Parts: sequence; C-alpha cells; structure tokens
Amino acid sequence: MMRPVEFREDRCKGCALCMTVCPGEIITMSSRFNTSGYKVVEVRDEVVEECTSCAACALICPDYAVSVWRKPAKAKKGETADVHAG
Amino acid sequence: MKNGKAAFTLPGVLADIPTHYCPGCQHGVAQRLVAECLDELALSEKAICIGSIGCSVFIYNYLKVDSVEAPHGRAPAVATGVKRARPEAAVFTYQGDGDLASIGMAETMHCANRGERVTIVFVNNTVYGMTGGQMAPTTMVGQRTTTCPGGRCADNEGEPIKMTEIIASLGGTAYAARVAVDSVKHVRAAKKAVRRAFEAPLNNLGLGFVEILATCPTNWKMTPVQANKRISEELIPYFPLGTYKNLMGEQAAEGTEVEG
Ligand SMILES: Cc1ncc(C[n+]2csc(CCOP(=O)(O)OP(=O)(O)O)c2C)c(N)n1
Ligand code: SF4
Ligand SMILES: [Mg+2]
Repeated sequence: MMRPVEFREDRCKGCALCMTVCPGEIITMSSRFNTSGYKVVEVRDEVVEECTSCAACALICPDYAVSVWRKPAKAKKGETADVHAG
Repeated sequence: MKNGKAAFTLPGVLADIPTHYCPGCQHGVAQRLVAECLDELALSEKAICIGSIGCSVFIYNYLKVDSVEAPHGRAPAVATGVKRARPEAAVFTYQGDGDLASIGMAETMHCANRGERVTIVFVNNTVYGMTGGQMAPTTMVGQRTTTCPGGRCADNEGEPIKMTEIIASLGGTAYAARVAVDSVKHVRAAKKAVRRAFEAPLNNLGLGFVEILATCPTNWKMTPVQANKRISEELIPYFPLGTYKNLMGEQAAEGTEVEG
C-alpha cells in the first residue's frame, strides 16, 4: 500500500483545517479518539493513492501531525512500468 | 512510503513534542515558521528568543534555542538589553497582541524607533487568549469579548490598532510586514516575511517586524474552521496583508509579496 501521507494520531487535535485545504478532499474525520480525547482525521485506504504529496495539509496543520512523502516518478507512456518500488 | 523523499520536514530547531495550544490555534503554525527560518538561516546556535506573556509563554519548550522569558509587555526592552550585551546574537521576541500592543506598547514603539537590531514576531489574534478572552487593542469593532460582552464599541474603546502600519512609520524600522496563515498560499508568503524580519537586523539595517494574523478559536467561540474563515472574511479587510517597509531593496524582497 502506497501511503504518501500519514497522520500522527497522538498529535492530531481534530481541528479539521487539513480537510479544508486538501485539493483532492481525501481527508475525513474518523470516529476514533486519541489518548488525549481528541477525534482524529484519517485518509481511507481506498483514496490514499489520490494523494499528490502537495503537503498542503502539513503546511496548515498547527500540530505537526502530518508527514508527507513524494511518490516515485510515474513511468512515461510507452515505458514499462517497473518503477513502482517504494 | 517512508523510504521516499520527504515532501515536508519539521525544522530541527523545533522540539518534536505535543503543544499545549488549543485545537486549531495558529500559534502552532507561527512558531513552526519561526523555527523553519532559524534553521534556514543557520541561527540555532546564534539565536536568543525573548518569550512573552500569553499563550506562547512556553515557547522556550518548543524552540531549541537559548531564551529569556520577559515580564508582560517587556520583551522588546529585554531584547534590547540582550542584543546590546551580545551583539553577535540573533535576538528575537515572540509576542501576542495583548502583550505587544497593550501593556508593551511603549517598549515596542521605542525599540522600533531606536532601530534595535532585533526581530519582533507579533502574533495578532485580536484577543487576550491566555487569560480567557478579554478585549485587546486589536479586537475588532463589534467583536464580543469578556470585557466587551456587547461587542467592541469604536466610540468608547477606539478602533483596532494597526501595529504594522505604525511600526513601519518609525525611522528605526528596516522591515515591517503583515501576513496570515489561513491558507497554503498565505503560509508560504508568511514564511518569507518571517525570514525577511530576521534578515533585516542581521544585515544591520534596523528592526525587523512581522505581524501574523492568527486564530484563537477558543476565545472567539468558533470552531477552528470557522475561526480560520474569519481571518479572510473579517480580519484581512481591516488589517491588509503586505510589506509596509523594506530597506533591503527590491532584490532581497523578491518573492515576498504577501498581498491578500
Ligand atoms: C503585569 C501583568 N499584567 C497582566 C497579566 C495577565 N495577562 C497574562 S497574559 C495576558 C494577555 C495575553 O494576551 P496576548 O498577548 O494577546 O497573548 P495570547 O494569549 O492571545 O497569545 C494578560 C493580560 C500578567 N501576566 N502580568
Ligand atoms: S486560548 Fe486562544 S491563543 Fe491560547 S492556545 Fe487557545 S486558541 Fe490559542
Ligand atoms: Mg492575543
């Protein structure tokens, strides 16, 4: 599973600002609470591939709860796609 | 994809610990931008942070630099002393609007007017956050607080003070800008302005000042998302974003355009 974006649930305070800036609108509020009692956001497995690694969520997050990694470059048309490692 | 290249990294000078701020409070973003600039300018060993009284009082726990905690409003005076005693240090204050524009108005004005080679990071959330939401000099007309429950009245309390415009008008100021952190575009512009506010005194040109419009969802009695919307809908029209003074010239200022 490619997960270019991860939320540190122990840091999330459920402010939902990341949900308002994600261009793909892939972040949602979960129904879980963390140990501090805050509801936390999540990216569901079925949409996580739509993350473009733009890091908008990380830039707006006041709690340093988001980690974002770049995806490996996509294979150009015609090339065999053997670059999916990672 | 932890083996991939990071698209976002936290600055090393920022302690990677949970903050005490309320959900959605933009002190967290403001202090991160300061930390990013300290890292980029390689100032972690050279910086001395002058903390203030307000919700950011624990800033010394979050920025891994030497620091002094100033009495309420006195951060610019403490910064003056620290800078004069240690001229090689990169001295900066981090102050709220109650601290800077109420009790510390005199210290702030005179520090800028003298052109102390220090940086002032001013986080304006239009309220006294730490003490439970009293009116500040920057509270908007009509805004309800515990000390103006019917809303601030311009006739009685005057209009919100525009600090960046005032500081920019003083001879000792080398750089003054107002920014916001309510959108990704504004966060990026804010970072550049914070950096300029550090560069101006380091280049011995005078004081560097940056005002960051920020939310206080708790005392605004709003959700973080509502509070963030209030920045663009209510605050920016009255407190226009932009660079109000810059003695570093066009080239240094490139890319710092922070208009709404
Ligand atoms: C001499 C003195 N007077 C009053 C106070 C009470 N006090 C603590 S913080 C504060 C205002 C904080 O507001 P601001 O500077 O805007 O910071 P914020 O919490 O909003 O970030 C006041 C009046 C104090 N600590 N010391
Ligand atoms: S009271 Fe306001 S300024 Fe203080 S931590 Fe909470 S949201 Fe932030
Ligand atoms: Mg305040």
